Amino acid sequence: MDTNLGLWIGDFANKFVETTWDLVPIIVLVAIYQGFVLKQKPPHLRKLFLGLVFVVIGLALFLLGLEKALFPVGEIMAVQLSNPHFVGLEAENFSWKLYYWVFIFATFIGFSTTLAEPSLTAVAIKANEISAGTFSEWGLRLTVALGAGVALFLGTYRIVSGTPLYLYLLVSYGIVIVQSIFADKSIIALAYDSGGVTTSTVTVPVVTALGLGLSSQIPGRSMIEDGFGLIAMINVLPIMTVLGYSKILELIKYFSKKIKS
Amino acid sequence: MRRIVSIALTRVKMAFIDLLPIVIVVVFFQWGVLRQPFPDLGEVLIGMIMVVVGLAFFIQGLEIGLFPLGENLSHALARKGNAVALLAFAFLLGFSTTIAEPALIAVADKASEIYLLDGLIAEDARRSFALGLRLSVALSVGLAILLGVIRIIKGWPIYYLVIGGYGVVMAMTLMAPSEIIGIAYDAGGVTTSTITVPLVTALGVGLASVVKGRSPLKDGFGLIAFASIMPMIFVMIYGMLYF
Repeated sequence: MDTNLGLWIGDFANKFVETTWDLVPIIVLVAIYQGFVLKQKPPHLRKLFLGLVFVVIGLALFLLGLEKALFPVGEIMAVQLSNPHFVGLEAENFSWKLYYWVFIFATFIGFSTTLAEPSLTAVAIKANEISAGTFSEWGLRLTVALGAGVALFLGTYRIVSGTPLYLYLLVSYGIVIVQSIFADKSIIALAYDSGGVTTSTVTVPVVTALGLGLSSQIPGRSMIEDGFGLIAMINVLPIMTVLGYSKILELIKYFSKKIKS
Repeated sequence: MRRIVSIALTRVKMAFIDLLPIVIVVVFFQWGVLRQPFPDLGEVLIGMIMVVVGLAFFIQGLEIGLFPLGENLSHALARKGNAVALLAFAFLLGFSTTIAEPALIAVADKASEIYLLDGLIAEDARRSFALGLRLSVALSVGLAILLGVIRIIKGWPIYYLVIGGYGVVMAMTLMAPSEIIGIAYDAGGVTTSTITVPLVTALGVGLASVVKGRSPLKDGFGLIAFASIMPMIFVMIYGMLYF
């Protein structure tokens, strides 16, 4: 246990340094601007600094915990669920239906990891703040997570069934374009941002593990193509669900007004 | 002191709720579907506690550190009215946070290793290939934030730009050498790190709230979307030039 503890502390130190590196260029750039361009001290400097320290400590702990606790289990699970023995695959009875546990797992793990994604939480807090509550923090997060879940469902189905990726992407982006035309224009930027934040710290490793587990055990699948296919899907589906969610909110508002008058 | 404790408790409680769905999914599949014990339950539990505490710290840090930083800066820069300084800041922010990003360094390194093993690049070209990859991604993120800031100031509608961008990505996916495509799509994901996203979001929203005639909701978002499309395009161009 003692050596174990030492190992954890060492790992934490590594993660801490790694996360700090994310912050160093920001601090340098801001310092240069405050000093030479704006020629003023930023307000509440001590509180600001404390906040940045919190961000680094928090992120380092968060990432280390994920690496130690969740990713290994998730990886093993993805491999085990797609194991030919587990799905009951024998010669000649290959069917995508055998893999139903993989699809269910992919859907729920996509949903739940996205819900815990810190970048998404950050965007959701801001959206709630400036939309004066129209887009509640949880409303946006659940909607984006739903999109990620559906994306992984479709993505894993695609890998198992071996249907071409470009068809899925073409249809998805086609739908997004049509939705954008009819959407309330003020929501579009937020919806597009939602696609970008899903592929971040928590989701990418899990998705990569899923793609790897599946494509390595199903004959005729390529690891490189299938991995990026899942990422590409998870980038577009949340845009769709967020645009859809805003449309539903709009309709509810419209009809409740109609009923009242 | 009591206030601090109560904030801390709320944060931890919220972080626990954030994590709960993952725990339910993992436990259900491990015990219910696969019917297997956890290989190292103690380690998993400690890891979960770290995740919850870490998330709580991070969100608190956002509220008192990264968000105010982004907002103050965008307000101060907009008030100064120096467009060149603002645009230079936008580019440098995107470029510098990306070039030093550990996830990107790891991806570039891994890619060059695979290409070396496949004989696509020579041993002595490996370092320059990885560096070139990082530079093109960093350049693309810098330009993406720059373009995004111009859009906010001018009030251009975002959909033409983003839909056009995805159109270019799809067209290039068909044209680019197949070896680079996976890396290109990955590059779109790894560039927007968990520290950059809140800062860039605060910057955009802050800017849109002080520029006359812009609304924070309609115009403030969108920087992240640009920052995830542009790297895909640039990495595919890099692949086309290199192979």
